[in-house]
Amino acid sequence: MIELVRELAGTYGPSGREDEIRDVIRKNISGKVDELYTDTLGNLIAVKKGNGKRIMLAAHMDEIGVVATYIEENGFIRFSNIGGVSPVFSLGQRVRFANGVCGCVCYEEKLKELKDLKFPRMFIDIGTNSREETMEYVSPGDIAVFEADTIEQNGKYISKALDDRIGCAVLIDLIRQIKEVKNEVVFVFTVQEEVGLRGAGTAAYALMPDLAIAVDVTNTGDTPRCNPLSIELGKGAAVMIKDGRTISHPLVKNKLIDLAKRFDIQYQLEVIEKGGNDAGSIHTTAGGIPSGAVSIPCRYMHSPCEMVDIGDVKSAVNLLKAFILSEF
Amino acid sequence: MIQTLIDLTRIDGVSGNEEQVRKYIKERVEKYGLEYMTDTIGNLIVKAGGKGGNFKVMLAAHMDEVGLIVNHITDDGKLKFAAVGGFDARILTGQHVRIGDAKIPGVIGYKSIHLQEKKERESAVKLKDLYIDIGAKDREDAEKYIKLGDYAAFSSEPVFFGKDRLKAKALDDRAGCAVLLELVKEKWPFELYACFTVQEEIGLRGATVAAKRVAPDIAVVLEGTTCADVPEVSGHEISTKMGKGPALTFMDRTAIADSTLLRHFESTVKNESIPFQWKQTVSGGNDAGKIQVSGSGVRVLAVSVPCRYIHSPVSVLDINDLENTKELVKKALLTLPLVFDGRQKND
Repeated sequence: MIELVRELAGTYGPSGREDEIRDVIRKNISGKVDELYTDTLGNLIAVKKGNGKRIMLAAHMDEIGVVATYIEENGFIRFSNIGGVSPVFSLGQRVRFANGVCGCVCYEEKLKELKDLKFPRMFIDIGTNSREETMEYVSPGDIAVFEADTIEQNGKYISKALDDRIGCAVLIDLIRQIKEVKNEVVFVFTVQEEVGLRGAGTAAYALMPDLAIAVDVTNTGDTPRCNPLSIELGKGAAVMIKDGRTISHPLVKNKLIDLAKRFDIQYQLEVIEKGGNDAGSIHTTAGGIPSGAVSIPCRYMHSPCEMVDIGDVKSAVNLLKAFILSEF
Repeated sequence: MIQTLIDLTRIDGVSGNEEQVRKYIKERVEKYGLEYMTDTIGNLIVKAGGKGGNFKVMLAAHMDEVGLIVNHITDDGKLKFAAVGGFDARILTGQHVRIGDAKIPGVIGYKSIHLQEKKERESAVKLKDLYIDIGAKDREDAEKYIKLGDYAAFSSEPVFFGKDRLKAKALDDRAGCAVLLELVKEKWPFELYACFTVQEEIGLRGATVAAKRVAPDIAVVLEGTTCADVPEVSGHEISTKMGKGPALTFMDRTAIADSTLLRHFESTVKNESIPFQWKQTVSGGNDAGKIQVSGSGVRVLAVSVPCRYIHSPVSVLDINDLENTKELVKKALLTLPLVFDGRQKND
């Protein structure tokens, strides 16, 4: 699976500009589903036909990034964030634009304290000397993503963009594993999750599934002196009870817990106050869609070194597989 | 178009109370012989397009403006108020307003400099400390003219000054309305609905509903946007510059422009030699945010006329920007079929 994770995480795909990552996912699942198409906002929809319930599984393709807003006289690029980017995490990182041009994220040296580090005081340097030279490569509106390798070490994946390419990998793995299904399973690789769960809601509106599960990453509470949170790396897939945007529907949540117990799949419960995933916009679509989430615990979220446990990823695949194969 | 804009800025239409603006626009589209309807929430939806094409276009400009709403009358006859839309309380003191259907004149007051304590003089005034004075002698007197829930709008006559510049209230978004009123006159080779929306300033509410009804494939939002080419703002913090042409938004807090649509508008300005600029900050939002995620999704783009001192009674725009905005949107829309007709809806 590391090869798949590396390919997905290493592909360019910031919110609103998911063309490249969509092509990579399409290539990986083409011929393995009954229907495969892209909708207006760019969600990639893959259908395994069946006569039972229509189940939507959603993992978002987009990743956080930065957008060029202004080019200085001397060629430096001013930028803003796309999604929840931390100025501190960005510092000293390398970013890459769609055309492959890389830049270093630096800051104005007159800045006195780290707490004053805000995007307006930062810039990207692509090694050019003038506005004209920069404009040959980068214009305002061009979007870059963070650069970092994907490695496997001590039973973990460490990479940029595991949020949520690991969710995409889980869906792709499921598509490859499942031959026949009774339920109709719709795998949706969504767009623009990081900027407000925008793609998932419109996909759900068109699909009108009976049940929906978001497959995303979630924060952990297992690092030195972190905020209390009872989710740990390596303790299994997390069944969401609630987050900042959704209270899981009992039908979905209970089914997942029952299945985990019955098939002896390692799981933990996710109860978090802030943040949300695609279930947030799916469950309030149209007349309401019973929704929940299966989350993969992830340390250092939205940094170039996100870390997930390989066992947790496997638990997520097994749990979701049991879910889509069960009767409702 | 300029006269239309001047007329429109003379009308009051604080969010939730857009009736007079709608009436003006309705009379105009009636004169053009266009079909229209007013929906439940108050959006005016005008059918401006013809047949043909395999896509449906929605154009949106909001009729509402920021203003105040009376929420309390004090014993001594002063009106306390809440803000309708986003305000900087510092710009309010000393402004003229007109209140309710009868347009009762009032001024926004705050205790005079002589009575302020040192601390008060040195810090910005808060909305809750301000009041509207209508010259009433007590509550009973004030209640003869005013009831709770009455809206107050800025009283500010449009004035030309400098070269080609217009000062007025409510340029956000009567500028968009004026452009849209021009665009509805064109012969469109595809289905096009011009939506004059309500309640944008308090959460993009009208557009949410209008987009559901129209169910477009493509939407272009016409806006007045912030313009910060003023002293004390350094290069990269300037959102737009006045006189440099219509501003295209690649993203803001509510929407990311559809890349195909954005590239099409970008090549249109280049082919037609229309001046244009990027909106360089990603703050704020507009109707595109709600339209984008409506139904099964809509390709969106916002095109804006730069306005200085937006959300104040003395907003300023350059009429060349207004003309160029109209030209850009018109030219880009007329060539839309070249981009989207050959394309399957779902690629």
